Amino acid sequence: MYRIVDVKHVVPNMHELIVEAPAVAESVQPGNFVIVRADAQGERIPLSVADWDRDAGTVTSVFMQVGASTAKLARLKAGDTIPTYAGPLGRGTAISKFGTVICIGGCYGIGSIYPVARAMKEAGNKVFTIIEARSSFLLYWRDKFKDVSDGVFEITRDGTAGKKGHVSAIPELLQSKGIQPDLVVVNGCTFQMMRVSTITRSPGWKTIVNMNPIMIDGTGMCGVCRLSVDGQTKFACVDGPDFDGHKIDWDEFLARRKSYSPEEVEPLRKSGCGSHAGCGGKEQGR
Amino acid sequence: MADGAKTLKLKRNPMPKQDEHERRRNFDEVALGYTTETAIDEASRCLNCRTAFCKAGCPVNIDIPGFISCIVKGDFASGIRKIKATNALPAVCGRVCPQEEQCEKQCVLGRKGDPVSIGRLERFLADWEAANSAIQRPTLAANTGKKVAVVGAGPAGITVANDLKILGHDVTIFEALHESGGVLTYGIPEFRLPKAIVRREVEYIKSLGVNVVPDYIVGKTRTVDRILQEFDAMFIGAGAGLPWFMGIPGENLNGVYSANEYLTRVNLMKGFLFPFYSTPIKRPARVAVVGGGNVAMDSARTSLRLGADESHIFYRRSRNELPARIEEVENAEEEGVIFDLLVLPTRLIGDSTGWVREMECLRMELGEPDASGRRKPIPVEGSDFRMPVDAVVVAIGNSPNPLIPMSTQGLDIGKKGNINVDEATGRTSRHNIWAGGDVVTGAATVISAMGAGRIAAASMHKYLMGEAAPEQRPV
Ligand SMILES: Cc1cc2nc3c(=O)[nH]c(=O)nc-3n(C[C@H](O)[C@H](O)[C@H](O)COP(=O)(O)OP(=O)(O)OC[C@H]3O[C@@H](n4cnc5c(N)ncnc54)[C@H](O)[C@@H]3O)c2cc1C
Ligand SMILES: Cc1cc2nc3c(=O)[nH]c(=O)nc-3n(C[C@H](O)[C@H](O)[C@H](O)COP(=O)(O)OP(=O)(O)OC[C@H]3O[C@@H](n4cnc5c(N)ncnc54)[C@H](O)[C@@H]3O)c2cc1C
Ligand code: SF4
Ligand code: SF4
Ligand code: FES
Repeated sequence: MYRIVDVKHVVPNMHELIVEAPAVAESVQPGNFVIVRADAQGERIPLSVADWDRDAGTVTSVFMQVGASTAKLARLKAGDTIPTYAGPLGRGTAISKFGTVICIGGCYGIGSIYPVARAMKEAGNKVFTIIEARSSFLLYWRDKFKDVSDGVFEITRDGTAGKKGHVSAIPELLQSKGIQPDLVVVNGCTFQMMRVSTITRSPGWKTIVNMNPIMIDGTGMCGVCRLSVDGQTKFACVDGPDFDGHKIDWDEFLARRKSYSPEEVEPLRKSGCGSHAGCGGKEQGR
Repeated sequence: MADGAKTLKLKRNPMPKQDEHERRRNFDEVALGYTTETAIDEASRCLNCRTAFCKAGCPVNIDIPGFISCIVKGDFASGIRKIKATNALPAVCGRVCPQEEQCEKQCVLGRKGDPVSIGRLERFLADWEAANSAIQRPTLAANTGKKVAVVGAGPAGITVANDLKILGHDVTIFEALHESGGVLTYGIPEFRLPKAIVRREVEYIKSLGVNVVPDYIVGKTRTVDRILQEFDAMFIGAGAGLPWFMGIPGENLNGVYSANEYLTRVNLMKGFLFPFYSTPIKRPARVAVVGGGNVAMDSARTSLRLGADESHIFYRRSRNELPARIEEVENAEEEGVIFDLLVLPTRLIGDSTGWVREMECLRMELGEPDASGRRKPIPVEGSDFRMPVDAVVVAIGNSPNPLIPMSTQGLDIGKKGNINVDEATGRTSRHNIWAGGDVVTGAATVISAMGAGRIAAASMHKYLMGEAAPEQRPV
C-alpha cells in the first residue's frame, strides 16, 4: 500500500498526484514512468514522473482525468492509500551536454518535461522551455520552469498567453529569438509529439519524444506497448519510452492507442480535454 | 480393490469433467478431480515396482510408488508428506505437468495399457490436504543470519524461497507485478488452474516467514548490485519476457495480441469481469490463435469463454507435433476449438481504421525431420487462402525477460537473451547470483522451473554456510 501525500487540482481536469514511495523516489530519473493502480480492481495505468523528493521519499505525477482509472485517482485524498505504485520504469531520458536543448511540454507533459529541463540545465545545456495549451487557464507550473531554463515561452491556441497558435509556430518562434536547437525533447499528448516531430524534420533538429502507448505490465512481458521505430518493432516500456520522433510510424501508433476507445472513452466523453487521449476533442471515437 | 491378488487393470479411471457445452462458456475449472473411491481404485492399479521408472521421469524425483501405496491404504496424510518432501507445489503440478512426457511416460503399465494416472493422484492428495486443513508445516532450521534475495515469485522463485527458508535463511522475494505466482497467475487460465490454489501456495510460503515484496522491479526499482549490498546471495527467477511475433505484415494492427497480453488481461487483470474490474478486453466473434503449445490452447479456450462464435488454432505442423499437453488438446477439441493444421499465416490484412479483418495463409506439408527431430513443414505452392478474422492471438513463444540482463554488469547472457548458468548448480557468472526457470531455459515447464530452483537452493545453501562470512559482504 502506498500513501497519498496529496492530490491537487492544478488546472481544470489536470491533477498533481504526490505519493509516498521511497523505493521509487530513490532511483527515479527524468523520463521514467510508474505503473499505478487506484484500487484493488483497478487497471494498471502508466504515469510519467514530474518531480520527486528523494529525502522525503515522495514522487509526483501530473495526470489528466480521461477515463475510469484517472477518475478514481482524482477522487483520492491525502492520507488515502493505493495498492500499486511500481517503478521507476522505462529507460529515462538520455541526459548529457548537447548544447542548446528545447524542452516542449503540453498537457500532462508540462509536468513530466520539468525534470528533463532541470536535468538538462544541470548537465550544462542552454535550456529553453516551451509550454503549450488551448488557453492560458490550462497552463500550470509556469514559475517552476524559470529556475531551470534560460527562457520560457508559452503558446496558447486562443492567444490568451504567449504566442497565439500551436506547436507548428515553434520554428518561427525560435528563429525570431535567434535560437538554434541541438536537441528537442517533447512530452505530452500524442498529436503534439507527432506535430513537433513533423516540423523539426526539415530543419533537421533531432527530436526525442516520450511515447505513451497502451501498457499493462510495463516490464516487458505482454507486448501491448509495441510500436514501429525505423521499421522495427520496439517495446516502449523497456526500449523506451523515449524514441527518435523522426523514426516513428505515427499512423500505426495512433491507431493502436485508440484500440480501447469504444469501451473506455465513449461512456466518458464529457471530460472535454483539448489535447489528451489522442488530442481528444477532434478524434472521433470509433 | 487393493486385495493383494493383482490382476492388471489396463484402463485408467477417466477424469470427471465439467460438461463440454457448459464449460466452454464459463471460467470454472474443467477437470473436477477424482473422488476418494476413484483415487483408491486408480492407485490400486500401480504395481509398486521395485525399480520405479516413473520416478526417474519426474524432474523432482517424487517417490511415486511410495505416495501411491499410501493412497491404497487410505493414509492420505503420509502420502502428501511423501510428495511434499520433493515438490512444494503438488496441487499445481498435479494439474499442469505434462505427465505424458514425464512420469507417466515411463510407467511400466503404459507398455500394455494406460499408465497409472500419477498426476491426477498427486492432485487428489494435494486437494485432500487443503480441504481437510491438514497442511503440515515443516520445522525450520535455526536462523543462519544469512539474507537471500529472490527475484520473481513464479514457480522457480517460490521453490528457492521455500527451500532456503526451511534451511534457516532470511528470504525476501521481489516481485514486479502486484500479484505473485508468475505465469501460474497471469498466464495459465482459471479453468485449468484456479487462482485460489496459487494464492494458497503463496500464502503458505509467507506463513513460513518468507517476505514477499510486490510491485518491485529488480533492475529498475533497485539494481541487482544495490540489492546485493544488503543481501548475501540472489536467485533470479524472472521468467519469460517479451513475446515473439511472426514478423509478417500487419502484426501491429489493432486486434492482434500476443498471448501474454490476451491472457494477462483476462487472468491477472480479470478483464472478463469488466467493468467491475477496470481492465477492458475485446470479445471478438472470430478468433485465430497462431501456435500449437499450451499457451495457444489456453488462448483459444479463453476466447470461447469470452463469447467467440468460432475459435481457430493455426499450426504449421500436424496434430502429432502439437507441443501442447494431449489432455488440453482433447479438451480444446471437445469444447469446439477448430484446428487448422499444416497452415502458416503469411499476412494480416486490416480495414481503413487499422483493425485486423483477414488473415492470409499458406498450406504446408511435412518433409524430412529437422534438427528438432520433427518433420519439417514445407509450403505448398499456390495454396494460399484468406480467412476473415476479428482477432489474432500470436502464441509462438517468448524471449527471457530483458530487464535484468539490460541493467546488470558481469552476468553471462546467452544469444537469445537468456542468463547462462552452470547446469549442476544453477550458478551464474557472478559468484553470489544464481538463476533458474524460464529466464535460463526459455519457455519450459512449471516442474522444470521448480527443479532448477531446487538445484540452485542447494548450491546457494552450501555457499551461504561455507564460503561467505557476513563481513565479506561489500557494503
Ligand atoms: C509511458 C506513459 C506515460 C504516461 N504518462 C502520463 C502522465 O504523466 N499523465 C497522464 O495524464 N497520462 C499519462 N499517460 C497516459 C495514461 O496512462 C492514460 O491516460 C491512462 O491510462 C488512462 O486511464 P483511464 O482509465 O483514466 O482512461 P481510459 O478509460 O483507460 O482511456 C482513456 C483514453 O486513454 C487511452 N488509454 C487507455 N489506457 C491507456 C494506457 N495504459 N496508456 C495510454 N493510453 C491509454 C485510451 O485509448 C483512451 O483514449 C501515460 C502513458 C504512458 C504509456
Ligand atoms: C499460457 C501458459 C500456459 C502454460 N501451461 C503450462 C502447463 O500446462 N504446464 C507446464 O508445466 N508449464 C506451462 N507453462 C509454462 C510455465 O508456466 C513456465 O515454464 C513457468 O511458469 C516458469 O516459471 P518461472 O518461475 O521460471 O517464471 P514465471 O512463472 O514467468 O515467473 C517469473 C516471475 O518473475 C517476475 N519478474 C520478472 N522480472 C522481474 C524483475 N525484474 N523483478 C521482479 N520480478 C520480476 C514476473 O513478474 C513473474 O512473476 C505455461 C505457460 C504459459 C504462458
Ligand atoms: S511433479 Fe509432475 S512429473 Fe513429477 S510426479 Fe508429479 S506430475 Fe509427474
Ligand atoms: S512405473 Fe507405474 S506401476 Fe510402476 S511404480 Fe511407477 S506408477 Fe506404479
Ligand atoms: S507494457 Fe507490457 S510489454 Fe510493455
